[in-house]
Amino acid sequence: MKIDREKLHSPFVEQVERVSGEVFANCYQCGNCTGGCPVSFAMDYGPSQIIRLLQLGQEQLVATANSMWLCVGCLQCYSRCPKGVSAASILEALRQMTLRKGEDHEDVGGLPFPFLKDAPQQAIISGFRKFVS
Amino acid sequence: MSRIGVFVCQCGNNIASTVNTKKVADEMAKIPGVVYTGDYKFMCSSPGQEMLKEVVKEHKLDGVIVSACSPHMHEKTFRKACESAGLNPFRCEITNIREQCSWVHHDKTKEVGTIKSIDLTRMTIERLKRNRPLEKINIPIKKKALVIGGGIAGIQAALDIAEGGREVVLVEKEPSIGGNMARLSETFPTMDCSQCILTPKMVEAELHENITIHTWSEIERVDGYIGNFTVQIRKKAKYVNEDLCTGCGECIEKCPFKADSEFEMALNKRKVIYTPFPQSVPNIPVIDASNCPKIQKDKCGACAIVCGPKAIDFKQEDRIITEEIGAIVVATGYELMPNTRFGEYGYGRIKDVISGLQFERLASSSGPTGGEIRRPSDGEIPESVVFIQCVGSRDEKKGVAYCSKICCMYSAKHTMLYRHKVHDGQAYVFYMDIRSGGKRYDEFVRRAIEHDGAMYLRGRVSRVYERGGKTIVQGADTLSGTQVEIEADMVVLATAIVARSGADQLAQRLGIGYDKYSFYNEYHPKLRPVETVTAGIFLAGTCVGPMDIPESVSMGSAAAAKVLSLFSADEMAREPITAFVNEPICNACWDCLNACPYSAIESKGVKDRKGNIVRWIANVNDGVCQGCGVCVAACRSKCIDLKGYTDEQVYAAINAF
Repeated sequence: MKIDREKLHSPFVEQVERVSGEVFANCYQCGNCTGGCPVSFAMDYGPSQIIRLLQLGQEQLVATANSMWLCVGCLQCYSRCPKGVSAASILEALRQMTLRKGEDHEDVGGLPFPFLKDAPQQAIISGFRKFVS
Repeated sequence: MSRIGVFVCQCGNNIASTVNTKKVADEMAKIPGVVYTGDYKFMCSSPGQEMLKEVVKEHKLDGVIVSACSPHMHEKTFRKACESAGLNPFRCEITNIREQCSWVHHDKTKEVGTIKSIDLTRMTIERLKRNRPLEKINIPIKKKALVIGGGIAGIQAALDIAEGGREVVLVEKEPSIGGNMARLSETFPTMDCSQCILTPKMVEAELHENITIHTWSEIERVDGYIGNFTVQIRKKAKYVNEDLCTGCGECIEKCPFKADSEFEMALNKRKVIYTPFPQSVPNIPVIDASNCPKIQKDKCGACAIVCGPKAIDFKQEDRIITEEIGAIVVATGYELMPNTRFGEYGYGRIKDVISGLQFERLASSSGPTGGEIRRPSDGEIPESVVFIQCVGSRDEKKGVAYCSKICCMYSAKHTMLYRHKVHDGQAYVFYMDIRSGGKRYDEFVRRAIEHDGAMYLRGRVSRVYERGGKTIVQGADTLSGTQVEIEADMVVLATAIVARSGADQLAQRLGIGYDKYSFYNEYHPKLRPVETVTAGIFLAGTCVGPMDIPESVSMGSAAAAKVLSLFSADEMAREPITAFVNEPICNACWDCLNACPYSAIESKGVKDRKGNIVRWIANVNDGVCQGCGVCVAACRSKCIDLKGYTDEQVYAAINAF
């Protein structure tokens, strides 16, 4: 992994900071967020690792990780963070930035009919809001 | 026949739960020479002590045994009580039936503990019967202190002793006092300028009427003991007459020859006649003889020509001066481990790899770049700087096992200084752990990261090498679990702090202990941190181990307090538990002299009637002897004995068992 000034302060990193309202340097990598996260077991990178990769300016790894899509926004991470950093806000920002580019995470047309029929309406609506631009 | 009283303490339940104290007391009453026995709940309490005093008077006791806790706890208490009852305090002995008896036996029937207590107490009784009354030793005190080392710890100690009204001799081996602190640019965590807070103290020390400063000087020899040291100081030739020199600096200006500046850590040159830095105290230059053509080859002599007061003296030689000293403060400080040991970091090979102290000079407004961060190779301003922590520290195989303690803080400071001077520069720090314990210290490190944008990478650097004119730093970021590569314009190594070279020889000259890293040993690392095992010699600053400025200053003041309290009386009373020589038997084999860890054995001439010395024998200096008994064990002819623990007493105790 090559690190340089341009990567550390890349437009992508600065945009995530702006959208989420969080400053990555505030995180001292204690790991409390990952420890408390109910879905981190399924993530490519836990919330603290995502923040670490953002600190290191690794846009590619962050953008392709499944972490942002698995986050349910329960704010467990934020309530535990000793530095007051909200990993949930950062993952939300990553989601929003990806969706704004028109890159849907779910192909609605491809969803099987029995699923759409059986799933609660609320789940479908919030799923559209979370995964589709 | 003796008149001994035995007091058995129950110590609440501490002793009584596993020892039948009443039975112990009753058994002791059967021993000849014991006229009183009794047990009591708390002997150390005020009523307990009062009872002891009354019994001593009532039964006209000539010896007292208290079977209780370790003598470390209350020996003093009971000896004092005996003394106030009119008994020689050294006729009072303690039997330890708590730490080594009741606490280690769990037999609730009390059988084992009771038998052992009876045995132990009986042994003490036999020892006590052969005790001679001892008198405390009074030794006179010379009220002048010696401080070795003129860094911040030594300066602080000297100032505090001088303010206390006592004379101080301050010896410094460099041409100026100030030490390593004079090299620093700013100091963490308050970022005040190092020289701005140090130089006033240096000047205060110079002007203080009670302080005599000998720079360019070293300790040649130390004799004597607490209160009565004789110290020989070698004043190395400065080739400048200190009495005539006005410090005008004309000679330095005119000197045509240069050498690497020690003060600037070889980042710059100095003249061959020089003062280390502009605020040097004293402001008197010295000639670096090995580089001076006049002294080596009798060519030049420009300095002597321009010197108005004719202070230059090429014929000057080293002088030995002798001082009579009562107490010594050792404050010899630290130096950095040579970076050349770490080839993988390119030090010495790559010009832009420098040490932390060199970075201090780059950042200092009085440094070689006037405070601008410019790299040594081409004088360019570096756009990225990599700081590597734990170079040599915490590295058992190639360096030292200990943590150098201050590097985490000064590297954070370096990143801030760099950012404040190079606004768009990027600092990287490779660290293993951030150790920022101290008041406002962790906040300081967070400030470096959160406000001044230092990029901290948790991991070691495996190598630094050059590729296409760039310095490449290759290491790990264990937080993300990846290998990391950074193109750096400059690399700063936080090299391990080590004891001054020659610290071990000085320790041997002083007779104080040192560890395998040549750091000096405290008497007790927690409770007697500024004392050494040698009475009258105290420690301050980084000669003890890595520490920061506040700690060094505190230790300097603490050592000064110890010196002043020693100097507060004209004489000093010492415990008389010392070794003594049975002179007719000594055959002068000197095994004792080699064995003594305190240098307390000296040779004494035996004279005939005409006053001629006919033979030499060993003699114990009561002022120095600590009563450890090593000489007693070493003596082949059994002529040395320890007061209070003579062979006769010990054998009697063993026979009673």
